[in-house]
Amino acid sequence: MSDAVAPALASAGPGSDPFALLGLPRGMTVDPHALDDAYRGLQAQVHPDRFADRSEAERRVAMQWAAAANEAYRILKKPLPRARYLIESAGIGLGEQDNTAMPADFLMQQMEWREQVAEARTHRDDKGLRHIEHEIRAVEGRLWPEIEQRIAAADWLAAADTWRRLRFLEKLHDDIEDVRAALID
Amino acid sequence: MALLQISEPGQSTAPHQHRRAIGIDLGTTHSLVATVRNSIATVLPDEHGRVLLPSVVRYGPDGVRAVGAEAAARQAEDPRNTLVSVKRFMGRGLADVVRTHQGDLPYDFVDGPGMVQIRTAAGTKSPVEVSAEILRVLRQRAEASLGGEISGAVITVPAYFDDAQRQATKDAAQLAGLEVLRLLNEPTAAAIAYGLDNAAEGVYAIYDLGGGTFDISILRLTKGVFEVLATGGDSALGGDDFDRRIACWAIEAGQLPPLGARDLRALQVEAREVKEALSSRDAARFHVKLQNGDPVDLTLDTATLESLGANLVAKTLKPCRQALRDAGVDVAEIKGVVLVGGSTRMPMVRKAVAEFFGQTPLTNLDPDQVVALGAARQAHLLAGNRSGDDWLLLDVIPLSLGIETMGGLVEKIIPRNATLPIARAQEFTTFKDGQTAMRVHVLQGERERVDDCRSLAHFELRGIPPMAAGAARIKVTFEVDADGLLAVTAREQSTGVTAQVAVKPSYGLSDDDIARMLRDSFDHARDDLDARALAETQVDADRLLDAVRAALAADGEALLSDTEREAIEARLVALAEARAGNDRSAIRQATDALSTATDDFAARRMDASIRSALAGRSIESI
Repeated sequence: MSDAVAPALASAGPGSDPFALLGLPRGMTVDPHALDDAYRGLQAQVHPDRFADRSEAERRVAMQWAAAANEAYRILKKPLPRARYLIESAGIGLGEQDNTAMPADFLMQQMEWREQVAEARTHRDDKGLRHIEHEIRAVEGRLWPEIEQRIAAADWLAAADTWRRLRFLEKLHDDIEDVRAALID
Repeated sequence: MALLQISEPGQSTAPHQHRRAIGIDLGTTHSLVATVRNSIATVLPDEHGRVLLPSVVRYGPDGVRAVGAEAAARQAEDPRNTLVSVKRFMGRGLADVVRTHQGDLPYDFVDGPGMVQIRTAAGTKSPVEVSAEILRVLRQRAEASLGGEISGAVITVPAYFDDAQRQATKDAAQLAGLEVLRLLNEPTAAAIAYGLDNAAEGVYAIYDLGGGTFDISILRLTKGVFEVLATGGDSALGGDDFDRRIACWAIEAGQLPPLGARDLRALQVEAREVKEALSSRDAARFHVKLQNGDPVDLTLDTATLESLGANLVAKTLKPCRQALRDAGVDVAEIKGVVLVGGSTRMPMVRKAVAEFFGQTPLTNLDPDQVVALGAARQAHLLAGNRSGDDWLLLDVIPLSLGIETMGGLVEKIIPRNATLPIARAQEFTTFKDGQTAMRVHVLQGERERVDDCRSLAHFELRGIPPMAAGAARIKVTFEVDADGLLAVTAREQSTGVTAQVAVKPSYGLSDDDIARMLRDSFDHARDDLDARALAETQVDADRLLDAVRAALAADGEALLSDTEREAIEARLVALAEARAGNDRSAIRQATDALSTATDDFAARRMDASIRSALAGRSIESI
């Protein structure tokens, strides 16, 4: 490890970027064990339970640090929020209002899947759901290397485009899970 | 109070001083208190050796209160003034209570501000006051047992309790004269007790079916960390509901005429006994003598009980599925299922849990005591009694938080199962030209419509400069602390107009009421009380004086400007002067003034201390 880590941490604080706060190298690749260790190590230092006997003002500071640690962990734990953070911190908005039009073929594919999900629901067809999931995973399998490569190349607009596709697919996974839960209940 | 006891983060301020802290399980049916003695968590019995205190309070016409077994024994005789299962009304309005209980309660409810109240022979009581009676008895039990005052308490709440229910519980504890170290979720408390005793590692499910509430929590236990991955439940589902089903069965099977409050209560009491008996037998006699002298004599067998309770048990499995999904955990990954709550003694519950999780649940701990024991261990830790095997507890918020937007919809700001503490901000804008005020309505729940979520608070942001619609930028910040309690601030970005709301409903208790209740809670004669109060005020003042002097000497140069330092020193001198006299209120005022003046300084020292600790950690780990 280099000396650079200590000054970065010393200047980190609530509100600083999640990579710096957790002392991890910035980028799409995050070692999950290193992340868990860094997060737990940070919470062990700053969590308000460590300061239960302190004044209100002091516990407030601890709470802000602990909240920042939780937020940093949330952002870095899963690749989609991690990618979003990297793209947005490059100045590219990914909110609803910043949504640019998706290409027609992608939208067509979306509609097709959604119809299939609705159909599987009507027919209580879990096999059908698994088939759609399989197809979605195949597309995701292409998009993940693409977004990693675009982010690494700092091609932010292109990365944002891939991110939006991945976000669509994640919503589709959620819908499928909802249908599955509804079928059980 | 500011500036007390500055030391390195993560280290005890006074390692050799043992502080008496307790854990209290404030249950729907019964409550209990535990503490850690000689490194072992133990429940504290009353003078008759009884550990469980029935959560029952009776208000007699003469103003006499009875709490516990004594009150429970009179419930069939005086149902209107004998309050049971009051936990189900905590933080709930009249409409909620009527909806969930469909008029089967004998109480004379009054719709109080923010929370239902109950008219009794001793006056109108809020669920907070009734809970405080129970907590006070447990506090006194602990004081008698430990031989002195209690420095603080961890109070457990159902994980699925919302903000209003949590706040009500914290208020009840304060009313009972307890310093609340933490509100702790019941399943999390159970996980601490189980995890520490068994050195458990892996993903565990805690299935907690109590008298009136159901919780399911999924936790990951790793060395020294208890991490709640997801929680779910139903805060109006528990053993009481089984009792009610059995009582309804008895009415039907015995072809009973319409019954009064006393008879209904007698049926429910008998229903509970029969239900408990059926945990170890195949059939039990249901026997009650009605007010008119008629006997009810029936036999209930386990098969009938199972058909009566089947859909109640099924109702617990939906939250289990949801919690697993939210945790991102497959049922096969669950290493163990811990059963908590007296209702998990029912064989039908154990069977359903075993089937759902595909394994025999762990029952090697007392489901009635495990929550209090875990709370006691957390209390011991929070009170600063560190032993080297400290642990870290990371819990989650059970229900999403949001605010009302156009069209009666809820915009979620904090999703359920986010790890606490948490701070989230969201920007909103005006929808009319020249709009100068904005009403913010804070809600909790999973549904999309305002009407389907719980309303937590309304507040107004005024003085927004008139702008075109959509031009104002109002940033609303939600902060939820480790207890799961919410604070909200709103700020107009261009002008800095702010509004702050403590999301704290009023229960119709005046300040005088609270002062009187707090006075009642001390078992000391008045004069004694005054003398003690002066002594306490002086001790507080001395402590603060010492702490501020030490802090100024250590960090005054580095962290304060000259003006700031002068302001603090002026108040320091003022307090030292007041302290020389015997005027309690003058000492208190000067103490508060110095404390307020040093809040910022305390926060800066804390921040600096965390920063240096973190820098140190990273160097060590290189």
